[in-house]
Amino acid sequence: MSVTPLDVVQVAQLARLDIPDTDLDSVSARFSRILNMVDDLKTVPTEGVEPMSNPHDMKQRLRADIVTESDQREALQAVAPSVEDGYFLVPRVMD
Amino acid sequence: MADQLDLNTATAAELSAQLAAGQCSSRELTEYFLNRIETLNPAINAVITICRDDALAEADAADRQRAAGNAGPLTGIPLLHKDIFCTAGVRTSCASKMLDNFIPPYDATVVSKLKAAGTVTLGKTNMDEFAMGSSNETSFYGPVMNPWDTECVPGGSSGGSAAAVAAGFAPLSTGTDTGGSIRQPASLCGITGLKPTYGRVSRRGIIAFASSLDQAGPMTHSVDDCALMLNTMAGVDPGDSTSANIEVPDFRAGLSESIKGLRIGLPKEYFSDDLAPDVASRIQVALAELEAEGAILVDIELPHTHQGIATYYVIAPAEASTNLSRYDGVRFGHRCENPTDLQDLYTRSRSEGFGEEVQRRILVGTYVLSSGFYDAYFKQAQQVRRIIHQDFTNAFEQVDVIAGPAAPGTAFKLGAKAADPLAMYMEDVYTLSVNLAGLPGLSLPAGMINGMPIGLQLIGRAFDESTLLRTGHRLQMRTDWHRVAPTLGGHA
Repeated sequence: MSVTPLDVVQVAQLARLDIPDTDLDSVSARFSRILNMVDDLKTVPTEGVEPMSNPHDMKQRLRADIVTESDQREALQAVAPSVEDGYFLVPRVMD
Repeated sequence: MADQLDLNTATAAELSAQLAAGQCSSRELTEYFLNRIETLNPAINAVITICRDDALAEADAADRQRAAGNAGPLTGIPLLHKDIFCTAGVRTSCASKMLDNFIPPYDATVVSKLKAAGTVTLGKTNMDEFAMGSSNETSFYGPVMNPWDTECVPGGSSGGSAAAVAAGFAPLSTGTDTGGSIRQPASLCGITGLKPTYGRVSRRGIIAFASSLDQAGPMTHSVDDCALMLNTMAGVDPGDSTSANIEVPDFRAGLSESIKGLRIGLPKEYFSDDLAPDVASRIQVALAELEAEGAILVDIELPHTHQGIATYYVIAPAEASTNLSRYDGVRFGHRCENPTDLQDLYTRSRSEGFGEEVQRRILVGTYVLSSGFYDAYFKQAQQVRRIIHQDFTNAFEQVDVIAGPAAPGTAFKLGAKAADPLAMYMEDVYTLSVNLAGLPGLSLPAGMINGMPIGLQLIGRAFDESTLLRTGHRLQMRTDWHRVAPTLGGHA
């Protein structure tokens, strides 16, 4: 399986990354080599095999729905790039 | 102080005994290691943040605790944390421009547990950016040099932690291992490193790479020190719902017991013609030592070893692309200048903040999760993951431990594989299946090839670190491969 520079542009858009036009050829060539390597997966028959997402097939632990932590907004927002009145600031979305 | 002991190679257990006997103080040890880092680190670049003032304050507190009669085995022992562990008030960068300015408001559970045990944090170690790499060359802060040969890489991604212990910057360091990131650099730097069973150690406060594979572990001069650290690091944590609610044994108890009759499996896929003959012969020498201890060597098969690489390079990037979507320039981390709109803010912050290898893995991960490719790649990889897991289950019906090389060769020259991602990915061919199966793996020195160390890997059953550690400790009781140290241009 190989990817074209156009495929890379589309995937990059989904990933919110910007690949400069000058790099598209080299990025898509390396990307294709990785996909070719990954195609090794297709040699393994997997019909009826349950996908494994946790190596111990552990089920998600639940806990009682009670508050266990106090408000730490100021400490958490201290590392934010732009904050006002307790809100994270981003460029205007609507005029 | 401690004049009989070579502090550069002394184990934490030995330093602990000196502290207990009053032969030295934690402050003296801490000053010694801080000075050594400040003198020698410029040539190695293993440490990217030094915490001199905090460390000395922690050392004084440890000395007071000892004077009050409340010392434990780690009280006053200096260590370094990989810069992937959140440390309250101390920059935690994951060696990325993205987090160059990130000062966490809290400690990772591993950090707080080791602090509570009285350890002294000397600083934070260099690593591959977001733990993505096998040579420590993808760091925003520049590569780490191997203390055995500064023209060579230390391995990765925990390359700074491995190089620091090898160089005698600290007796202990923490690492994380998603596909071999503790075991491969341990092999290339000639130290001992343990990747515990998935779920054994809490991941809370460890910057996530691939959440179903990531696991933290100790990097040390000896198996005994790995056991000592794991005793403190292990255990269920309400802050990590994937941490295992399973009893934590005393990993040092029974460490010296005989391994007579222990069955050690040798996967034929690990000892194929692809394995370099000089590596194979070192591993055979180590296996002969284990045989002399009474272990029984058994030929086994792990038939899908080769497909492990493809499986890993779908699952790990997929999980990474999801985890790294949190870096958006809004809540923390790098933010681009003067964004024109929200899309521009996201895209430019991420493109400026992430390095090339991280971007490559995000792209691959996004691709294999995207509509139309999910079944062919991601689902197929999760199915092959179960088959690989089953291979190990089958093998462990015949044997107690599996042995093989920890890496395909010794440390390579800086830059040698940097331009070829696939060559770099092959560095982890013997380690990444262990993460896919969630098993514990121990890498320990097995001698030298042309002056460079090579590691033996031991793989165990899930949550049976004790058998691995006992096997490794028996080997270290009868060999001195873990006792050799680099000369660092005469500064040893």
